[in-house]
Amino acid sequence: MKKYALDLCVVEKEFPRDGYVLLKLNNPQGALPEMLAGQFVELLIAGSSETFLRRPISINYVDKEKGLLWLLIHVVGNGTKYMSELNVGDTINCVLPLGNGFSMPEGEGKKVLLVGGGVGTAPLLYYGKCLKEAGHTPSFLLGGRSAGDLMQLDLFEAIGNVYTTTEDATLGEKGFVTNHSILNKEQFDLIATCGPKPMMKAVAAWARTANCECEVSLENMMACGVGACLCCVEKDGEGHNVCVCKEGPVFNSKKLNW
Amino acid sequence: MANLHVNIGNLSLKNPVMTASGTFGYGIEFADFINLEDLGGFIVKGTTLNPREGNDYPRMAETPAGMLNCVGLQNKGVDYFCENIYPELKDLDTNVIVNVSGSTPEDYAECAARIDALERISAIELNISCPNVKNGGMAFGVTPEGAATVVKAVRQAYNKTLIVKLSPNVTSIADIAKAVEAEGADSVSLINTLMGTAIDIERRCTKLSIGTGGLSGPCVKPVALRMVMQVAKAVNIPIVGLGGIMNATDAIEFLMAGATAIEIGTANFIDPAITVKVVNGINEWMDNHGVKDIHEIIGCVK
Ligand SMILES: Cc1cc2nc3c(=O)[nH]c(=O)nc-3n(C[C@H](O)[C@H](O)[C@H](O)COP(=O)(O)OP(=O)(O)OC[C@H]3O[C@@H](n4cnc5c(N)ncnc54)[C@H](O)[C@@H]3O)c2cc1C
Ligand SMILES: Cc1cc2nc3c(=O)[nH]c(=O)nc-3n(C[C@H](O)[C@H](O)[C@H](O)COP(=O)(O)O)c2cc1C
Ligand code: FES
Repeated sequence: MKKYALDLCVVEKEFPRDGYVLLKLNNPQGALPEMLAGQFVELLIAGSSETFLRRPISINYVDKEKGLLWLLIHVVGNGTKYMSELNVGDTINCVLPLGNGFSMPEGEGKKVLLVGGGVGTAPLLYYGKCLKEAGHTPSFLLGGRSAGDLMQLDLFEAIGNVYTTTEDATLGEKGFVTNHSILNKEQFDLIATCGPKPMMKAVAAWARTANCECEVSLENMMACGVGACLCCVEKDGEGHNVCVCKEGPVFNSKKLNW
Repeated sequence: MANLHVNIGNLSLKNPVMTASGTFGYGIEFADFINLEDLGGFIVKGTTLNPREGNDYPRMAETPAGMLNCVGLQNKGVDYFCENIYPELKDLDTNVIVNVSGSTPEDYAECAARIDALERISAIELNISCPNVKNGGMAFGVTPEGAATVVKAVRQAYNKTLIVKLSPNVTSIADIAKAVEAEGADSVSLINTLMGTAIDIERRCTKLSIGTGGLSGPCVKPVALRMVMQVAKAVNIPIVGLGGIMNATDAIEFLMAGATAIEIGTANFIDPAITVKVVNGINEWMDNHGVKDIHEIIGCVK
């Protein structure tokens, strides 16, 4: 897929919860390029020597009708703080779309479970939408420490069944996503997960025992984002270093031997 | 339009702008953003005789105005390059240069010999300055004798243009440059990365898997520029200057300091189209200043 470096413009800005920002961007020059669920964008933090490298952020959602790209950002440092301080009308340079997306199952009516934790739920929204459009049945299993951690629930609910877990039992079942009862009740054709690494590893381990294909989305630190510098590597099942930005960020869990 | 053409040994460059090894992949990664043929040339990933896995993750840490890396020369080996990458690059109308690394002089020479057989690769850049691999790499590049040994072995095996890439992690870079010139190098390129480190104070460990890494980006530019000036005074072969070049102004500084050509590295990560912007920027500056030929400014600052 052709990659672009574009100055995108902030059209809407929301704060879904404390410490998070949702940016909706358009391309003042024309249409947005074609993007796949699970791909990511590298954003330029202009004018700061402290945040010298671009910052990778997943595609949260693409609103094709309005020509908007959504990015859901957890503010953890200077780069993400800069993003949260952008105002409507400001532009930010984005290199996109990068990496490989989640796979689209063949045929129709496949049951796909999308498991997310924290800001890792971000790419699952668009993936769910694309699955539904292709005639599949996505369900979401979203986990957080507390009810307030779970964002965009209304949007997920508009796409498919939503199951939740919280560690303090303020929403859904108490505990972690991998303890949720749905995992023992239903069979799925595919599982996809994005979130903290220990969570993804637990989901992959569960998928293995359930004999279900599983895709995981990694967030290794990156410099170039295009497969040129080899900084972002992860060990595959054979012990070889593979580029997360180019060969991932989405991998079949078997490829990584998880 | 000004004349930007320069020569490095037998290498003819349509303009002095190339890319730095390890920051530009095999060029193909940037083909969506620029026309590779607009560059004077590009230098592909560090290549070794045998495949190398490189170092463990984490391999990078951001620093103020730069970054540290300890990739450690991950590559699939020279034969893989010849069979799988070369066919994709050979018809490009620009210079494709292979950066060659090794752990013994014999490794370097054998790797160079296999690249010598590739018709459309008109030069190699010998990396005797990688700070991220244990035996070899920088070990050769830090003494005039070590540098001379490798260059001598490679010179016997390789007939085309030989550029030797120097390490800044030395007491006198001019002495190393003289030693490689004496062994028949056609050009020297400098600088490779400066060895450094960064610490994660929460976890009380270094941010890099092997403890240290190579520093690159605009933070190293003043050091690189000074070294180019010193080497320009010490040798008669052409110099390829690099280290922290982010824009046309930086590139012109290196040319004025005595570099005949330049390489752009880390800046490719910030702006994937930076190389072509630098070519255009040099051109514009020359037009605005009535400079008709780039040789008028090369080495003009003594
Ligand atoms: C493919 C990919 C997709 C991503 N998608 C999203 C997303 O949709 N939303 C979102 O909020 N974040 C996402 N991230 C993480 C995001 O890139 C980092 O949080 C961001 O770069 C931090 O920049 P900063 O300047 O704010 O913080 P820094 O000052 O750079 O770092 C602050 C803290 O965050 C940690 N950190 C830095 N980079 C990463 C990283 N890549 N992964 C995990 N922790 C990191 C640092 O170790 C440090 O403790 C993604 C990362 C990748 C690689
Ligand atoms: C991620 C990364 C990988 C590199 N790999 C190599 C390499 O394989 N061989 C080499 O000679 N130099 C390598 N370098 C050094 C660069 O080619 C260049 O000398 C250095 O980064 C300084 O230039 P810059 O500041 O423009 O990046 C690497 C640099 C970076 C940042
Ligand atoms: S970030 Fe450069 S290769 Fe992945």
